[in-house]
Amino acid sequence: MTTIASKRKLAGVHEVSAGANAAFNIFFWIYTALCVVPLILILIVSFTDENTVLVNGYSFFPHKLSLAAFDFLLHDWYNVAFSYGVSIFVTLFGTIVCLALMTLYAYPISRRDFRHRGLFSFIMFFTLLYNAGLVPFYIMYTQYLHLQNTILALMLPYFVQGFFVLILRTFFSNSVPTALLESAKIDGAGEWRIFAQIVLPLSMPVLATVALFCTLNYWNDWFQSLLFINDNKMVSIQFRMYKAMLDLQFLSTNSQAYSAILAANPNFQLPSETVRMAMAVVGIGPIVFVYPYFQRYFIKGLTVGAVKG
Amino acid sequence: MQQAVGTTRPGAAAVPAKTKQNQGYWKRFGVFYLMMAPALIVLLINNYLPMLGSIIAFKNVNYSVGVLKSPWVGLQNFEYLFNTTDAWKITRNTLAYNAVFIVLNLIVGVAFALMFNAMRSRKLAKFHQTAMFLPYFLSWVVITYLVYGFLNPEIGLLNKTILPAFGVQHPIDWYTEPFYWMFILPIVNTWKGIGYYAVIYLAAIIGIDQEYYEAATIDGASRWRQVWSITLPLIRPVIIVLTLLQIGRIFYADFGLFFQVTRDAGALYDTTLVIDTYVYKGFLVTGDIGMSSAAGMYQAVVGFILVLVSNLIIRRVSKDDALF
Repeated sequence: MTTIASKRKLAGVHEVSAGANAAFNIFFWIYTALCVVPLILILIVSFTDENTVLVNGYSFFPHKLSLAAFDFLLHDWYNVAFSYGVSIFVTLFGTIVCLALMTLYAYPISRRDFRHRGLFSFIMFFTLLYNAGLVPFYIMYTQYLHLQNTILALMLPYFVQGFFVLILRTFFSNSVPTALLESAKIDGAGEWRIFAQIVLPLSMPVLATVALFCTLNYWNDWFQSLLFINDNKMVSIQFRMYKAMLDLQFLSTNSQAYSAILAANPNFQLPSETVRMAMAVVGIGPIVFVYPYFQRYFIKGLTVGAVKG
Repeated sequence: MQQAVGTTRPGAAAVPAKTKQNQGYWKRFGVFYLMMAPALIVLLINNYLPMLGSIIAFKNVNYSVGVLKSPWVGLQNFEYLFNTTDAWKITRNTLAYNAVFIVLNLIVGVAFALMFNAMRSRKLAKFHQTAMFLPYFLSWVVITYLVYGFLNPEIGLLNKTILPAFGVQHPIDWYTEPFYWMFILPIVNTWKGIGYYAVIYLAAIIGIDQEYYEAATIDGASRWRQVWSITLPLIRPVIIVLTLLQIGRIFYADFGLFFQVTRDAGALYDTTLVIDTYVYKGFLVTGDIGMSSAAGMYQAVVGFILVLVSNLIIRRVSKDDALF
């Protein structure tokens, strides 16, 4: 019996007909555009003249371009730069502490010879089942720990995530051979040494994945700033973007640039829409730059099975 | 070399042997406790001590006397909560949206994965995968800006450009009409999250042994038949696990989506208020600790039961993927 495969002259088992392939391609080009185009719109609007935007609306083909929005932001650079600093510090420091705390916890509970690993696993993973919610959490942080308006409040909530500890533990138990640990102990290595010089180097892939997720969590966070920072100074860059969108007043009342410019030129019109978009560009920029680099590791981490669900 | 946890020698005094055993244990495993200590402290602060704070839902909390000294009111807060129409509304919204999200994540995720797998050009497939994953990296604030660019009633792209092109002259006031958000929110949520699911499903599909397909092709099965009878059944465990994990979280809404993207517009609350945003608003905006803590407790308890049950089901399907 002649095979269908030979009749179709297809290269591999998964290949589809040319028609279907073309359809898929077209579909995905459209979808890719849908993913990228909104960002381009933001970029273009930020370079558009304010009045053109107010009259003609958001458009990919503005009648008049202008740098006024970025000019305004540049005068106000201090706030934006400070928020960038906050976000960068929180992200870097937070991720490192995150990794340290979680790997240090995951290691003992991955060791089969540790008698109480069941108990401590439970302690960690129970937090994934029951979460007391916002109210007790907030009261804990503000009434008892007095962490409002501190930078620790931006980092502490994410220091230990049961989900990542689970991933780390699974990796440590499955991928670090006990024989290796045994021989290290025979050679007289202490647990710290084993951890630092055997387990960690062998776990680079999963560490990278967890680090990436942590970094993403911290960089994109605006919620902790919303909850705990009241003075509008030590807020993350995402929160500053949120505020700019939320409140036009915010831009006009909290901006030294605005008062200075207004003092010099009473007819000054706050370029509201375009400044918002310029703010967005400033906030989104870093992500778009590092994205192509990061996504490779993300996908690798997800697909290697380091992350389940 | 330390032989720690050993057997007690018969004849030797029981106490010294046990002490030596204990000393051995601590010498050997004491380090572990040290290693786990920092994370345990963080857990205490973030999770376990607040669990004790669940009692707030049963008290009439007055900050001036503090939580511990405030009077107990039993289930009164819960009565207040469930007597409002809000309680039903937020439950319905949370469950309905999450259910829709789960279905969409499944269908669109698997569909995308199948298409990626079927495309002839590996390079193009990878390129589209990269683009598809981009929204996952954006924060909800950024996405709010993007949505705003489309939905701004006066100057947004939809009202100014796209709808007139379709002949719709009358602009829609997006941020005050609750109806449309039943569609907008699932679209935005899928757009953001599909990269994650598509990649996981794709990894599962790639893991399927090629021989199945070769045998099927020899037997004359069409591509569709192969997908239906080989691919889908073989990725069923992954589908079930991912779906169950989402069902476990069905009582928890994504705060960023419902708070940021809707710009917290009050007019939209009918279709956009969920338990999480209700608790936030009740507690931090209105200052009604009673209702918000009751709602929070309600979510925690029901959520707990759901996660527990779904996890028990996952254990039967695929033991490795269960949390415990």
